[in-house]
Amino acid sequence: MKQSTLIWTLLMIFGGLGLLSVQIFRTQGAVYVREVPVEAKASQPESPEQVYRWSKYQQVPAKEKGEPGVSFSLSRTIGLWVAAFCTLAIFSFLYGDNPLYKFTESVFVGVSAGYAMVVAFWTEIVTNLFAKLLPGLARISFFPDMEEGTKASLLYLIPLVLSVLLLWRLAPKGSWIARWPLAFFIGATAGIRLISYLEADFVGQIQNTIMPFIVFDSKGAFLWIESLRNSIVIVGVLSCMVYFFFSIEHEGIIKYISRLGVWFLMVTFGASFAYTVMGRIALLSGRLNFLFNDWLGI
Amino acid sequence: MKRTIPLFISAVTGFVLICTAFIPKFVDWGNDAMAWFNILAAFAFILGGGNLLKMQLQKISAQQAGWGYSAVTLIAFFITLIVGLLKVGVHPNINFPEYAWSGDYLEEGSAFWWLFEYIFYPLSATMFALLAFYISSAAFRAFRAKNTEATILLLIAVIVLLGRTYAGVWLTSWLPNEPILGTSGITYSDFHLSHLSEIIMDDFTTPGMRAITIGIALGVASTSLKVLLGVDRSYLGSDQEA
Amino acid sequence: MLDILQNLDRRWIFLMMFIAVSVPLIMGTTFPEEPSDQVMAVFHAVDDLPDGSNVVVALDYDPASEGELQPMASAFTRHCALKKHNLYFMTLWPQGIPMIQRSIDLLESEYPDTYKGKYGTKYVNLGFRAGNEGVIKLVVEDLKKSYSSDINGTDLENIPLTKNLKNIQQVDLLANVSAGYPGSKEWVLYGSAPFDIPTVVGCTGVQAPIMLPYIPQQLDGMLAAIKGAAEYEQAIINGYPELKDNPNAKEGLKRMGPQLVAHVLLISLIVLGNVIYFWERKQGMA
Repeated sequence: MKQSTLIWTLLMIFGGLGLLSVQIFRTQGAVYVREVPVEAKASQPESPEQVYRWSKYQQVPAKEKGEPGVSFSLSRTIGLWVAAFCTLAIFSFLYGDNPLYKFTESVFVGVSAGYAMVVAFWTEIVTNLFAKLLPGLARISFFPDMEEGTKASLLYLIPLVLSVLLLWRLAPKGSWIARWPLAFFIGATAGIRLISYLEADFVGQIQNTIMPFIVFDSKGAFLWIESLRNSIVIVGVLSCMVYFFFSIEHEGIIKYISRLGVWFLMVTFGASFAYTVMGRIALLSGRLNFLFNDWLGI
Repeated sequence: MKRTIPLFISAVTGFVLICTAFIPKFVDWGNDAMAWFNILAAFAFILGGGNLLKMQLQKISAQQAGWGYSAVTLIAFFITLIVGLLKVGVHPNINFPEYAWSGDYLEEGSAFWWLFEYIFYPLSATMFALLAFYISSAAFRAFRAKNTEATILLLIAVIVLLGRTYAGVWLTSWLPNEPILGTSGITYSDFHLSHLSEIIMDDFTTPGMRAITIGIALGVASTSLKVLLGVDRSYLGSDQEA
Repeated sequence: MLDILQNLDRRWIFLMMFIAVSVPLIMGTTFPEEPSDQVMAVFHAVDDLPDGSNVVVALDYDPASEGELQPMASAFTRHCALKKHNLYFMTLWPQGIPMIQRSIDLLESEYPDTYKGKYGTKYVNLGFRAGNEGVIKLVVEDLKKSYSSDINGTDLENIPLTKNLKNIQQVDLLANVSAGYPGSKEWVLYGSAPFDIPTVVGCTGVQAPIMLPYIPQQLDGMLAAIKGAAEYEQAIINGYPELKDNPNAKEGLKRMGPQLVAHVLLISLIVLGNVIYFWERKQGMA
């Protein structure tokens, strides 16, 4: 049997077993919800209706099936199966590129761009631009909680103009005008980064490294382990800095110090690699937890 | 017009924000600038969406290879955008029920919430979960102890990988908690893999990362200064731009 | 034998990884954890505050990192709830809004006495704002310039918890869980370093080494990757034994089983790869 055929067969067996277990444990793969009635009193006395009623639905564990107010949710059950399908479709890339993967990848690109736009619109543009420029209209539409008589803040016309200029970039002509808002963006980023990086990452890190080579406890006894640890940190920082200092030739004593620096960096990268691995595996176990636990209920 | 004004804007904005750290009077100005900055950042999302739309439409109209997938992207994009902007399935704010648009656009049970929870969420999480497989394949094919540096890297990686799980405890739990002869304060149990990996992180990785952090800080500071002084103008693009 | 390994289809390795993670996951194997000093620093940062202190919980991650970070976010939330702290949730990631909701659901379902129906007096959800570090810069100086209203559109002036809060320099602790940019580093750069806001973070394995140099001056403590989450959960269980029977309080601990097997597999693959490499070199092929 060809290797790829064998892998494919094993995957099919796994998939088949999974679906079979769904059939056996019928409660899994289905989502149940509890109906929570909502009764809201009108905030304005002149409202046409005085009490508004609707229902909210909270997801509950399958074992609560049959309890009063708990019912099967078709939309969420379909959702669960769509989520499982999406997960398997992306995993199918491991076998090789295929139309199913490409399809879900395209959906992902579209949904994520749309999602980001919607969130940006409701959270920042409506809340911090529209509500500042047209508070009256914002109050009667989206933010009834706003204080009545809030005055428009005309200063916000500046970001509005800059934003329009930014979107001009999409226009076929005159897209250079988008450089103005871009310049504002870049200037602001440079301005805040210059100070904060120097403060926390330059001065702060030098301060953190200024520690005693020789450590004594409160009774004056020499603590050699602490002294050794401090010395390692200080020597480590200095040797790595020497390695990064390319303006002088790495010869003689400098060569040896920078080589020590490289070793420190290798230890750093080794530990970083191990932590990266740890993170990646955690992501995979999170996803498989969804498949086994939430979907299949194994 | 095309270059001077942007240079002026970036310099003024940048220096106002720098001054906020030193002159209290500038703090309010800085806050205003940051509020505008955040609004612009939100418009950058819109610009991103617009760019995607433009590119995919170009692909479809030119009937490039795989244009069908571009159509799928656009359909997914528009469905998400429409249900999100129109707050499909969203109830009003419970305190203001007569205001139909006052509800939370991501309310549980709404169409936009459904798209996030059952499509965006699994796709995004699984995309990143794939990396675990590729890192294992890379471990087998690429991580070779070719020289001293690579050997140190691999050795440390192994110690930390073991030390950060229960494997480290299993492998070295036999080391007793007794002082090593001839030393004061060091016990055999200090060489437990879990303890060793902590020492590696605290005493060896920290100085390495600290040096890198200092280096990056100097790089960021000098780049920022170059941008503000107009020495680095790369962000303005070329003069030929339409 | 080595010939076969040399030309091994990578899909076999994928399959091995799949089995290494899924089997312990299905078996639900857990191991005892001993909280490290760094994790205990985080525990004490939350625990030593008087009951009912004000804590900002900034959850800057998305579904892509949820597998690694949700146990941490839940542990932070649970620990704060045990101490009856007042919580201010916020995020710098658009996809972080549903992540906040998960923590709020936890508050309301596990600690109904303290938090159910106490929105605005015990916890508040500020939601997302665009602008990355720009948002941090603003909330540390002037919260209401960035967040004039909460996620439900309620004016912050009308919410008891936020009414008198000028900026987040006034809170007692900032707990951040982050998956990258913008996240822990930015909170240190623009929050804890210039304004000395007591800060603890939980971050992904990729970020953990980057955050190390800030401890302990700019950062009080850090939970690094899933191991940090598991140790923190253990520390909370040790401090509050009533959680022993709560399976939800052991999400991170449960993940350590798959971690163990997968780490051993990865080390075996590195060793095997190197055996093949040295064998090839001996054969004069490399």
